[in-house]
Amino acid sequence: MFNQLATWLVVDVLNMELSSRLGGALHFFMYDTTKILFLLAVMIFVISFIRSFFPPEKVKAWLEGRRKGVASVMAAVLGVLSPFCSCSTVPLFIGFVEAGIPLGITFTFLISSPIVNEISLVLLFSIFGWKVALIYVLAGMTLAIVAGAIIGKLKMEKHVESYVYEIAAGQEEVHMQEGDNRTFAEKIKAVFSRDELKERTTYAARNVVETVQKIWLYLLIGIGIGAFIHGYAPQDLLVKYAGEGNFLAVPIATILGVPLYSNAVGSLPIVEALLNKGVGAGTALAFMMAITALSLPEMILLRKVIKPKLIAVFVGVVATGIILIGYGFNAIL
Amino acid sequence: MNIKVLGTGCKKCQELEKNTRMAVEELQVGAVVEKVEDIKEIMKYKVMSTPALVIDEKVVSTGKLLTVKELKSMLA
Repeated sequence: MFNQLATWLVVDVLNMELSSRLGGALHFFMYDTTKILFLLAVMIFVISFIRSFFPPEKVKAWLEGRRKGVASVMAAVLGVLSPFCSCSTVPLFIGFVEAGIPLGITFTFLISSPIVNEISLVLLFSIFGWKVALIYVLAGMTLAIVAGAIIGKLKMEKHVESYVYEIAAGQEEVHMQEGDNRTFAEKIKAVFSRDELKERTTYAARNVVETVQKIWLYLLIGIGIGAFIHGYAPQDLLVKYAGEGNFLAVPIATILGVPLYSNAVGSLPIVEALLNKGVGAGTALAFMMAITALSLPEMILLRKVIKPKLIAVFVGVVATGIILIGYGFNAIL
Repeated sequence: MNIKVLGTGCKKCQELEKNTRMAVEELQVGAVVEKVEDIKEIMKYKVMSTPALVIDEKVVSTGKLLTVKELKSMLA
């Protein structure tokens, strides 16, 4: 459908050949813009709706007092499902510590949460198809579990800022919400009541508007650059430097991803174009993961609650994991 | 009425403060709006997602950027 729309615009409206450089670039631009914006709106709506059932406060309560193995898997899954904006990193971290949730589990949540987000899912899905998107989700969750377990094993508790423990210890055990005495059936009924449904759909719709407002410019710029590469960049040059044959492509993509945080949306269409020119799929996925999981703003926020050494460990473990995943994908895809 | 906007300084938190002030002004209720940025203060309310809204020491909303309209119906 989007392909036909783009073809129609380029061939019939603008009267250009698809095989020409400009025609090909324009087609790429229009195809990507319409497809990605449409998918984004639909997916963000659906995901936000699901997420409205998993606020961080509930996540904390679910993780409290669980056995480590169970908690670790749950933290990875809930990281995906919970609506968590990186600006809440500090209160969330302190809340987890206060609930006695082990450090490793907290990190599992903090790693899994940004890696699997609606924007990267839409982009991966529209560019690589659902299989790669699914593998990306599973790889992201595995990375979160393993990295969290390693951080837990290293006993880094003393590298958490001491004021975090002071706040946690100072909390009296009162709970914010009043006890929920409703039975399960009553809760289910409430979920399908008109008021709750309306509240959740409003929340989801607003997320769509907010996200699209935030990213549309980056997306267009990214697609624009991608279109340029698609039409004009010489293939052999790119394959030489970023193709599967180059062993350093994955680590370089990972490092390049770190400062690109807010431009994740803009970066992927570029990757898509590169991929068409022969860049390895694992390299592209590593790039995406590094953009989301290792972001500078997030590290600055984490610095408020943990000491530099723990940040270094966090970055080292996650980066190593991403590079390994990149090589793995390059080998199997 | 005492209203507190809890947030560590992200964009959404600033917007919630602005919306809250606007709602208070439009409703002409005598309310004090206060922005709380100190993480220790914020944690006293057991809030884990910011921005959060506290009316008369009771947490009424977390992790949402409420609109002026929603705020007005909450404050009225």
